[in-house]
Amino acid sequence: MIYADNAATTKMSEAAIEKMVSLMNDTYGNPSSLYRFGQKAKEALEEARETVASVIGADPKEIIFTSGGSEADNQAIRSAALIGKAKGKTHIISTKFEHHAVLHTLDKLEKEGFEITLLDVHEDGLVRPEEVAAAITDRTALVTIMYANNEIGTIQPIAEIGRICHERGVLFHTDAVQAITHVPINVVEQNIDMLSASGHKFHGPKGTGFLYAKKGIKLSNLIEGGAQERGKRAGTENVPGIAAMAVALKEASDKLDETAKYLIEKRDRLIKGLSEIEHSALNGDAEKRLPSNVNFCFEGIEGESLLLLLDEKGIAASSGSACTSGSLDPSHVLLSIGRVHDVAHGSLRLSLGEDITDEDIDYMISAVKEVVTYLRSFSPIWRDLVAGKKQFIL
Amino acid sequence: MALYSEKVMDHFLHPRNVGVIEDADGIGEVGNAKCGDIMKIYMKIDDDIITDVKFETFGCGSAIASSSMATEMIKGKPVSEALELTNKAVAEALDGLPAHKMHCSVLAEEAIKNALEDYQSRKKA
Repeated sequence: MIYADNAATTKMSEAAIEKMVSLMNDTYGNPSSLYRFGQKAKEALEEARETVASVIGADPKEIIFTSGGSEADNQAIRSAALIGKAKGKTHIISTKFEHHAVLHTLDKLEKEGFEITLLDVHEDGLVRPEEVAAAITDRTALVTIMYANNEIGTIQPIAEIGRICHERGVLFHTDAVQAITHVPINVVEQNIDMLSASGHKFHGPKGTGFLYAKKGIKLSNLIEGGAQERGKRAGTENVPGIAAMAVALKEASDKLDETAKYLIEKRDRLIKGLSEIEHSALNGDAEKRLPSNVNFCFEGIEGESLLLLLDEKGIAASSGSACTSGSLDPSHVLLSIGRVHDVAHGSLRLSLGEDITDEDIDYMISAVKEVVTYLRSFSPIWRDLVAGKKQFIL
Repeated sequence: MALYSEKVMDHFLHPRNVGVIEDADGIGEVGNAKCGDIMKIYMKIDDDIITDVKFETFGCGSAIASSSMATEMIKGKPVSEALELTNKAVAEALDGLPAHKMHCSVLAEEAIKNALEDYQSRKKA
């Protein structure tokens, strides 16, 4: 099998598995217990916190561990909303193509009386810093913009947006779930106040993640209970998972440049090959995108059938079609960059892992070409397009 | 558990009756590209018997499988019998569809009814 869905989740690193198993076997004490056996687990937890903090240029006290990216997003946004509300600031700025962990939290806040502005991301899938600046008012409590998009992989001008927020005295949160370990992140240099990350996207275990919140930002709890995580996240810590996440994060971050260089070459080979398919288009900017991300629309076909046929050929991929999202609408990300419904249904995301080879890339190119041609051969839309009864969009 | 039954996968991977009938006696088309499903059914009818049927479908796996199964169920059958084909019968013949995919079987029923209406209105004219 060629696993080309690394934006969905990744294979765990061997070093991370080793760390996890060793802690589960030998260090199962509760980090809140005062005896030595518990304190050993506490040490593992704090060592992980130091590792995570050092990778993103933060202080260990600024890191709290969560169950993943969604929880971190929820907590960051809720906390900033409450901080703002206390000062009479009830306006939040975000974008149309955020992850649902952000968008659905904002929907709820809107119902609770907050005013939400969702910025356009244009055809290239990039937020314009000047549009962020123009949207900020004296009532703005928070700007939350993802570092890199999960479907089309476009990398946002985060440092610049952060600088604007700081000039205007507005908190800035970024969902860095897709970006971390793929692009260099330093929260101080890049003017980031809060950042969310998820362990299983960088070869760590599922059910782990963290939230960075700059010193002085008062976090509100989503989970009430004991005093774990400095009282900000109750519940006995997932020590083996957290420690394994830290190992995976360090490992992937240490070889970031090397991996990026390798993947960009593979990514561009794949983009070049798929571009040969007529009436297709790359989604998102060709350069300001994650080294691992390729996302295309193919006119005249539907994404789910494309995925099933690729699965038959041993390729695991993803699509933004309605049928794969379980709703009637195709991906909100593709609609946000101006793809119309007809075309957005025929999308394919291939997200590469570090073990991908040129042979894999070439196999995927020929498999996608074959499947697209086959599906078009009995697509009534394609027939109408070719017959000139309908206009090609791509 | 897999997303689809073996029957659905069989009809999706090896669809029966794919294609076009150039001199069709009835053509039905339902769905729209906006929703991500279009089904087009072509029929050749002699003496009120469906002697041949072909389909073209733009849609997901279950839409393609439903088209394939539905065309198989009416091929060689009298028009009166084909008119009675229900979406439920198509779904059952496929050993079931996931709840959110039942509309694919509805499309197949509607496409067939649509083609038969086209045939009957042509006959009157």
